Amino acid sequence: MTEELHDVRLTVNGNTHEIRVPARRLLSDALRHDLRLTGTHVGCEHGVCGACTILVDGSPMRSCLMFAVSAEGSEITTVEGLTNPDGSLGHVQQAFLECHGLQCGFCTPGFLTTITAGLRENPTPTHEEAREMIAGNLCRCTGYQNIVKAVERAAALRQAQEPELT
Amino acid sequence: MTTKLMGQKVQRVEDQRFLRGLGRYVDDVAVEQDVLHAAVLRSPHAHARIIDIDVEAVLDIEGVHAVFTWDDLASCTPMMAEPLPLLIPHPALTHGRTQYALAKDEVNYVGEAIAFVVAEDRYIAEDAVGRIRVDYELLPPVVGVDAARAAKTLVHDDVPGNIGARLEQNVGDAPAAIEKAPHRLELDLTIERSACMPMEGRGTVARWDPDLNRLQVWTSTQSSTGVRAAVAVKMGLDLGQVDVITPDVGGGFGVKINHPWPEELLVPMAAKALGRTVKFTEDRREHFISSAHERGQVQHIEVGFDDDGRLLGLDVEFWHDHGAYIPYGLIVPIITSTQLLGPYKPQNYRVVFESLYTNTVMVTPYRGAGRPQGCYAMERTMDAIAAYLGKDRADVRAVNFIQPDEFPYDQGLIFQDGRELEYDSGDYPASLEKLKALVGWDEFPAFKAEMAAQGRQVGIGLACYVEGTGVGPYEGAHVHIETSGKVKVATGLTTQGQGHATVFAQLVADELGVKFEDVEVVTGDTRRMPYAVGTFASRAAVMSGSAIHLAAKRAKEKVLKIAAEALEASEDDLEIVDGVVSVKGSPGTSIDLGTVSVLSNPLRYAFDEASKAATQFSVGDPGKPPVPEDEEPGLEGRDFYSPERATFASGMHAVIVETDPETAEITILKYAVVHDCGHLINPMIVEGQIHGGVAQGIGGALYERMAYDESGQLLNASFMDFLMPYVTEVPDGIDIDHLETPSPLNPLGIKGAGEAGVIPSAAVFAAAIEDAESITITAMPISPSELYALRLENS
Repeated sequence: MTEELHDVRLTVNGNTHEIRVPARRLLSDALRHDLRLTGTHVGCEHGVCGACTILVDGSPMRSCLMFAVSAEGSEITTVEGLTNPDGSLGHVQQAFLECHGLQCGFCTPGFLTTITAGLRENPTPTHEEAREMIAGNLCRCTGYQNIVKAVERAAALRQAQEPELT
Repeated sequence: MTTKLMGQKVQRVEDQRFLRGLGRYVDDVAVEQDVLHAAVLRSPHAHARIIDIDVEAVLDIEGVHAVFTWDDLASCTPMMAEPLPLLIPHPALTHGRTQYALAKDEVNYVGEAIAFVVAEDRYIAEDAVGRIRVDYELLPPVVGVDAARAAKTLVHDDVPGNIGARLEQNVGDAPAAIEKAPHRLELDLTIERSACMPMEGRGTVARWDPDLNRLQVWTSTQSSTGVRAAVAVKMGLDLGQVDVITPDVGGGFGVKINHPWPEELLVPMAAKALGRTVKFTEDRREHFISSAHERGQVQHIEVGFDDDGRLLGLDVEFWHDHGAYIPYGLIVPIITSTQLLGPYKPQNYRVVFESLYTNTVMVTPYRGAGRPQGCYAMERTMDAIAAYLGKDRADVRAVNFIQPDEFPYDQGLIFQDGRELEYDSGDYPASLEKLKALVGWDEFPAFKAEMAAQGRQVGIGLACYVEGTGVGPYEGAHVHIETSGKVKVATGLTTQGQGHATVFAQLVADELGVKFEDVEVVTGDTRRMPYAVGTFASRAAVMSGSAIHLAAKRAKEKVLKIAAEALEASEDDLEIVDGVVSVKGSPGTSIDLGTVSVLSNPLRYAFDEASKAATQFSVGDPGKPPVPEDEEPGLEGRDFYSPERATFASGMHAVIVETDPETAEITILKYAVVHDCGHLINPMIVEGQIHGGVAQGIGGALYERMAYDESGQLLNASFMDFLMPYVTEVPDGIDIDHLETPSPLNPLGIKGAGEAGVIPSAAVFAAAIEDAESITITAMPISPSELYALRLENS
């Protein structure tokens, strides 16, 4: 039994990668094991926890619910791509640091990508909207209190850094 | 002058790598290398005899490297084919049974490991698992406490009555005191199973190095030294041939303290046999059915009390469902039976429990570790007494409190560490006053009436607990000041999100007088600190924090000795600020810690400008040995902290809930916590721990349960069906107030904080819902449909 392999070109954080994978290879596994971008974490493998959330053409997607072959031609952003080019933390990352929005850090990448997309869509969320923005991601450590604060802080930082975006 | 960092909300250093996606969790280890991946065939039956295992079809699959069953284990070592260790023996555990790394002849729960496949990738390994054929002879399963007690069927043929252990403790004569008491009540309570559910499951990577004749194991554990010892024993290796490294861990909450898991032995075994790096990463369903659960108990309470609600005698019997095996011994029920007493004086106390086998996933500690059940029993009793006497629930608690001048207070029992249950310090009346103010206890009746006028139902509950934290036997620390002036710290226990790299660096910076950013802390690496116990029982800050403080003190003594000689000053006149030792009042006379480190290590060879200063023609009194007697080269400090007994943190929670008159939906309006863990090292981190604990407690009280059917199938073994709280299920804000009653048992006056948030949840929600509904609550968790059914029963 030999599996058929497919050539796939993935564009991740602005870099192009060519991999050869079986059709069933999950995008989450391709990112982690083929591209060695291990910042994307896998918590449940059926799209419920949100730890593996990445941005596909700017939209948050569960990378455990996509096949690598179906990401051909898409622009993918993972947590590694949220850091500023000069190595400093991006605004959502910085907000998590300031607000103690993480403990074990395992679910964090999925929150960071989700909030990045959420703030693009709604740059000035109300408190209720900040809670709503993270309502599809599971965290077992923080009780979400400081993650909600981090959403609000990230919105403020983003506005201060890039006022033209809002 | 550097500000003291103890007590400051210092931002976490570990966040830098986590936020950039550069954490190194176990599944990230060796990702650059060509590793083999393992998958496990698990029993689909709760109770069955294995007639035959046919692995023939597996070997044809391209990419499969090996398949192991129990028959193959003895070829590694005879020990590998023996049952897994019973980690914590106890005289009362007369019938302790543990599973094999791979099942031998019989399986006792859905999820028990039967075969282990190693292949090129996980996909192929799972394909192979699917092709293994096993013939089973099905046996009737035992599911739940009632079936276990009835014992019509036995889980293990040689364990009569399914009873693993029966333990009774007595203080005074509770039955006689209850008999004579002016008032008596009986309660029957149940609490269901939940589980830790860290976002990262279990995982292990191992590599055998044939050049060094040495095994390296990375595992997502709460005890790297424990895994190391177990792997060495089972694989017939010397301890010195095994290194265990705990990388970043994506949450533990207790489940990762049990060890060795079958895979923690099978992965190293396969790595050595195949000469390749092997990795096992558990998936979510596997975590549900093959790690561990907790909480399930049935309790019967008899209590006698006076007109003020003062306890005169308390008699508790409970039945603890420990699942198919009991590798972690009786820790959970012992904690329930002792910590049940909370901040109260029972006068006379009798407690007896039976720890029972069932054909379900085994039970090992989950955050709180038996305390939530004990707190539930005691606090339900307090509420029942108040209701019976028509008294305020807070007042009934207050008359039973141990008073501040009564510490140390000996409860007369033996605790989980084999030591006397003696509380070191606390101030329970002050905590209660703070809690009442924080939640608005005295104003609540008016609020309730106001709500009732609007057709809304609200209720308030409170619950108190005492938590023995920082149990022994010990932890150690090593502090090394390098010639760069940077400080490298190692302690052996592990980290799974508590921010140890930050809080321990705070302690070292304070004690040594160095910059916080110059301190680097490593945990859970047996190469750096081979003597350690583990991370459990809210013990890391107390145990390793104290050990690190002591080790830093030793390093500082050496710094001052060498610096005093170099500066020709008295040690008493020196101070260390920002990594520079200087004579007080004469800042020009100074030496930096890096230079002191150079001087601490007399050299023959110079390799840079700094080291020239330590060579034999540069320093030293020719009339004396270069390394003084009773000294060692290097600027290091090493010490251990081993307290006589645990230190007892305490706290009280209150919650206000609203219950929907139509749908029975339960909404949290306010959640308040008063917490006393002695001196705080980093209040930001302590509050984070409380937030997380409260959220887990809400899950356990209102949503989470393990839905076993009568055949022993776990029906909700996924995040889709097991309802863990999202942000939508936790309150918007948790009010926290601290009391800081220092512990006299350790140099920093600290107590543990990790489990506090979760302990009173079942109790406090039961109380609040009972208050809202005027219906007695005796079973937790409680869902809206269950509450609705209770309303019908009571109408």
